[in-house]
Amino acid sequence: MTQKEALFQYCLRLGDNALILGHRLSEWCSRAPFIEEDLALTNMSLDMIGRAQALLKYAAEVEGSGKTEDDLAYRRPEPKYFNHLITEQPNGDFAHTIARQLYISTFEYYFYSDLEKSKDKTLAAIASKAIKEVKYHLQHAADWTIRLGDGTEESRNRMQKAISDLWMWSGELFEMDEVENSLLKDGIAVDLIPIKALWSNHIKQVLTEATLNMPEEDYMQTGSRKGIHTENLGHILSEMQYLQRAYPDAKW
Amino acid sequence: MHNEHTNQHFQLRIDNGEYIEAKDYMPDGYRKHLIRQISQHAHSEVIGMQPEGNWITRAPSLRSKQILLAKIQDEGGHGLYLYSAAETLGISRVELIDQLHSGKAKYSNIFNYPALNWADIGAIGWLVDGAAIVNQVSLQRTSYGPYSRAMVRICKEESFHQRQGYEIMANMMKGTKEQREMAQDAMNRWWWPALMMFGPHDTDSPHSSDAVKWKIKRETNDELRQKFIDKTVQQAEIIGLTIPDKDLKFNEKTGHYDIGKINWDEFHRVINGNGPCNKQRMEHHIKYHNEGAWVREAAEAYKKKRLAKQLEIA
Repeated sequence: MTQKEALFQYCLRLGDNALILGHRLSEWCSRAPFIEEDLALTNMSLDMIGRAQALLKYAAEVEGSGKTEDDLAYRRPEPKYFNHLITEQPNGDFAHTIARQLYISTFEYYFYSDLEKSKDKTLAAIASKAIKEVKYHLQHAADWTIRLGDGTEESRNRMQKAISDLWMWSGELFEMDEVENSLLKDGIAVDLIPIKALWSNHIKQVLTEATLNMPEEDYMQTGSRKGIHTENLGHILSEMQYLQRAYPDAKW
Repeated sequence: MHNEHTNQHFQLRIDNGEYIEAKDYMPDGYRKHLIRQISQHAHSEVIGMQPEGNWITRAPSLRSKQILLAKIQDEGGHGLYLYSAAETLGISRVELIDQLHSGKAKYSNIFNYPALNWADIGAIGWLVDGAAIVNQVSLQRTSYGPYSRAMVRICKEESFHQRQGYEIMANMMKGTKEQREMAQDAMNRWWWPALMMFGPHDTDSPHSSDAVKWKIKRETNDELRQKFIDKTVQQAEIIGLTIPDKDLKFNEKTGHYDIGKINWDEFHRVINGNGPCNKQRMEHHIKYHNEGAWVREAAEAYKKKRLAKQLEIA
């Protein structure tokens, strides 16, 4: 794998995370528990799609085959998508969305804080914009986890279930393969090993304040680094790519 | 006697062009009219998120997805500050939403029509928001201060919406044959309902006379409708869209476009519940409102616990 290939792959992974989570969050539009929350969730979706656009644009540049960010978003099939499996998990109830946000935003908080120092100037610039958004996303997720955990009996049960249900998808966030390792050597990628401990500590802290239990199961599902997904992604893409696939000659 | 005097004073203030503020005296009829109108307006913004939201996940480019998301957020935001404006009149959000669900409060009839293809997103921005702006520009001078100020803010954002809607239509008209067909199809379906957004003809409008006297409404339904028609017909021509009205023609004498007959039977039928999406829109709102009840309850319970803890410490 050349450095260029590794960088292309790295950008796809980050871009796909943002795009697929942005898609999921956008599904909340007109469906949130109240209008302020509707706006908060779709606002985070907007942040994500914007980040996806920047990352996929850069991926296309690195690849150098004349594609656009839209070609990458709309014309790749499932196995060529590299988002973490957790991002494609269904919204579920509000607690599941919040748990997904808590896991991902905590990860992204440490990840993008570090990526800001990347030797790759484009990634560093994208990261420094992202980190401002992620801080808000994390605050939002942590506040809701605590509110729901320490709210009513029903909300506590739902929040605990969501935290447990999504746990098996959290391990993948810290997987490193030759893409990361080769870029890490050059000071471009983020080292995920120290982030894992930071992540666990922060999750534990939030869950404790929320009077919730930290899951202890050690089974973690994996696959996305190799383009192997859950059944969810096919549905997301068939919806997202519908117009581009049905009218391949059209410009929008 | 006292009431008569204060009502006269109120009308004097209106006639002098003063704004009425939340704590000022106002006749019951004025208050009721405003609650009805502002809440209808707020609910329209919120229900309008549904047909547009229908296309977010299928928006054909990352740029268009972001624009649509931002636009729908604006609409939600408009709903929010209109709810706040209504609340200044002594009604709570819970009551407002109850009235929407019970059918006592209405929302704009236009959202009882479906958004069937991507060009509908263009048509909604261009025609629906375009019609709304004409009305809202006029409402910036409405006599109730909080409503007027909300309108000033809303108008700024709506004009951006109208431009993005028109841009979608213009792009599609420059596109493939299928895209042009989609655009014309959307035009055909949205044109007449957009004209109906201004309400019945002045001679048949049940709410107009008091609203005009109180300067809640500054221009009549027909005056506003005509403004919309005049600017929109030309915009359609520029990008090659046909207005679906064989009787449409420019009237040299008046300097305005004359249009064919509006199908008021359809208007009344849809307003009274028999449109393509009336049930769907309301069931959607009720379903997700109910599904979110446990979240609202949890937030409330948490807030109370917090307060209790703070009191303990104090």
